[in-house]
Amino acid sequence: MAKLRGRGYAAVNYPTGMNLGGDPTQALVHSTTTGNFVVSLSSVDLGQGLKTVAAQVAAETLGLPYENIIVDTADTDTGPHCMGTFASRGTHRVGNAVIMAAQEAREAMLAAAAEELEVDAEDLETDGTGFIKLKGSEEVKIHVVDLAMAAHFKLGRTIAGRGIFLKERSYPDPETGKMDPDSAQAHACTVADVEVDDETGVIEVLALHNVYEVGRAINPRMAKQQIEGGAWMGISHALYEATDPYYPQRDHGPRDFEEYLMPGPADNAKMESDIIEFPAANGPYGAKGIGEMTANAPIPAIANAVFDACGVRLIEMPFTPESVLRGLDELRASA
Amino acid sequence: MSEGNGANGNSTFDVIGKPVQRLDSLGHVTGRTQFFEDVNPAGMLHLKMHRSERHHANLVSVDTSEAEKVKGVVQILTHEDVPKNWYTVLTLINVGYPEELVLAEKKVLWYGEPIVAVVATSERAAREGAAAVKVEYEDLEPIFDVEEAIKADAYPLKPHGTNYFEYEGHHCRRVRLGDVEKGFAEADHIFEFKYQSKPIEQAPTETTGCIVEPRHDGRLKIYSNTQAAFFTLDNTALILDVPFGKLQVVGGTVGGGFGGKVDVTVEPITCIAAMKTGKPVKYVYDRYEEMQISSPRAAERIYIKDGVMNDGTIVARQVTLYADAGAYSRHSPYATTKAAAHMPGPYNIPNVHIDSWCVYTNRTPSSAMRGFGVTIGDFALETTMDRIARALDLDPLQLRLKNAYRDGDMKAHHKVAEGTALIEVIQKAAEQVGHELPDEYRAMSSKEAR
Repeated sequence: MAKLRGRGYAAVNYPTGMNLGGDPTQALVHSTTTGNFVVSLSSVDLGQGLKTVAAQVAAETLGLPYENIIVDTADTDTGPHCMGTFASRGTHRVGNAVIMAAQEAREAMLAAAAEELEVDAEDLETDGTGFIKLKGSEEVKIHVVDLAMAAHFKLGRTIAGRGIFLKERSYPDPETGKMDPDSAQAHACTVADVEVDDETGVIEVLALHNVYEVGRAINPRMAKQQIEGGAWMGISHALYEATDPYYPQRDHGPRDFEEYLMPGPADNAKMESDIIEFPAANGPYGAKGIGEMTANAPIPAIANAVFDACGVRLIEMPFTPESVLRGLDELRASA
Repeated sequence: MSEGNGANGNSTFDVIGKPVQRLDSLGHVTGRTQFFEDVNPAGMLHLKMHRSERHHANLVSVDTSEAEKVKGVVQILTHEDVPKNWYTVLTLINVGYPEELVLAEKKVLWYGEPIVAVVATSERAAREGAAAVKVEYEDLEPIFDVEEAIKADAYPLKPHGTNYFEYEGHHCRRVRLGDVEKGFAEADHIFEFKYQSKPIEQAPTETTGCIVEPRHDGRLKIYSNTQAAFFTLDNTALILDVPFGKLQVVGGTVGGGFGGKVDVTVEPITCIAAMKTGKPVKYVYDRYEEMQISSPRAAERIYIKDGVMNDGTIVARQVTLYADAGAYSRHSPYATTKAAAHMPGPYNIPNVHIDSWCVYTNRTPSSAMRGFGVTIGDFALETTMDRIARALDLDPLQLRLKNAYRDGDMKAHHKVAEGTALIEVIQKAAEQVGHELPDEYRAMSSKEAR
């Protein structure tokens, strides 16, 4: 009886955006008299950080500090239309809509500043700390809080912008399947190290080494959370989860977390995750999105590592101890 | 198409690429984040469902008289109370036709299908009321296996008379490139494999639910944890047969979605209950419902046949994929097309033949989940790559690099590939784990035409 170690590989791609397109998202950006800018959306943050991405994109485009951005979202009375948070579309669609809205708001902000400072708008720049200033000058400048007040009470100007992103709907050719399903493809390669107990059939995932290419990581820490949270989900899919454990039969369906098992902290793998960047031409600041893909590569990487460890080829998910033991029995019988 | 943005074209950014703290994280970890269940309007009622206890059956009778007597029960809803009882969420994007029922009428197609909604002054009374509904069934033979379901003599579950979704007159979504039979004839090796997965639950911490509040102006305010506010609004309005403008959806904080909260299964019936009673109504799945009633990830069965040369070059790939949609379409016909487009994986293969089937069975309807239409396909594809490498005694990463798609390649669905980087992630992963690659493989680039 032994614990057998093995390594397995998998490389994958993943499409950005609702399949076949036709999934618009709008954004509105306006300044209040506080100098804060409100990004109005109806998009939903699932906990992955969409609001943070929207705020970062707005701050970058406006040329203002991140702290000046307020994201107001997910009320259909106050936010413009968004198709929803699914299909790895949030960062790409919302990001692009926010950039478009923030660019228009930035132009309005610079035009108001130009009037207030009595200079040409083209000669103005933002310094990222809240000032709009004359290029090459340290004296001729105005803070966004003062500008917002002046625009409203003195100049009678609004500082606002509208944005939308729509990829036109593609209709597949019924015969050949010719279609334009996606806006970008992100990529990943995962290397799994496992240990298989040939007495119990239990698979332990020792390590997952991940490399992702997602265009650009708007927020590298959140991207890494997605990679490693998704890798955990991949381990869970690979080794634990099924609502119909005797599929195709329907009996013995788990009813709660006592019966539907997932990896606990001690079952998680050591993770190593790198992101490489190849900005996408149509992505917000080059981002493709990373939402869904992160559970995918770990599953076959684990299956392939189990084969490397003990010679059992797993072709049914999940990879239960029983399936490993049955595989080992078959190997011994045919040896 | 709107142009995407590299914005000002700067290579240096002030905020992009910076690991700023997530806007909602402090609220989450200090327990101050407001979820939809934190709304607690005065006089709120609770809705619970009486569900099918058969996989496949005709409804002989539905008797709600005992349920009406349960103390605290104020409203009982059957299919007759639902203005547009037949629906399919994807009709909003012109996919499919109304084929699912908010509440069952003459038959049930899965164990757990909703039949009668009971509204009461407490959750306990609603539960007791739902349990007191008596249904008499005439059992029908259930179909659980996708390949059994598509046999010519199988009992047709769907109004259109087949147990598969029809794609413009075809049995399945097809993708065709080159001549797969010619490719197989030329190949040095033929590999044939079969893969199978089981349904998987999204398993969010927060279960699916909503609270609907009738407003003084006659509109309904829907507090929901939906992943798609307007998609939910639009589908709900269609079922209620009211103008879209009569509804407001408020949400935006979701305790885990993973695709499990895009089906619009709780909002419509809760709106009807709120309209009938004039009171706020709450309907939230318990953990059992989240596990066994809400849509899981589809089970998939995938057959792959590959034609491969001695050096590992894949010259033909045929994939037949069956996605088990369960009893109703929900988002499955969408994902089956997405699955077809994803095949044959990130590889440049000149001859490809894909049949991607959306099959109906007597099982909990499956629907969206993270990696929808792709996750199980990747398991099959990348396990296949490993098996080919083993069979031909090739390095597993070199086999992938040799076949990896590059910018300018024609994909199987006749779109020219761009922004490819499979080669680069493999090279980087090899470096990360100290897997040595020969110079010619280290020098490969996605940007260079082969």
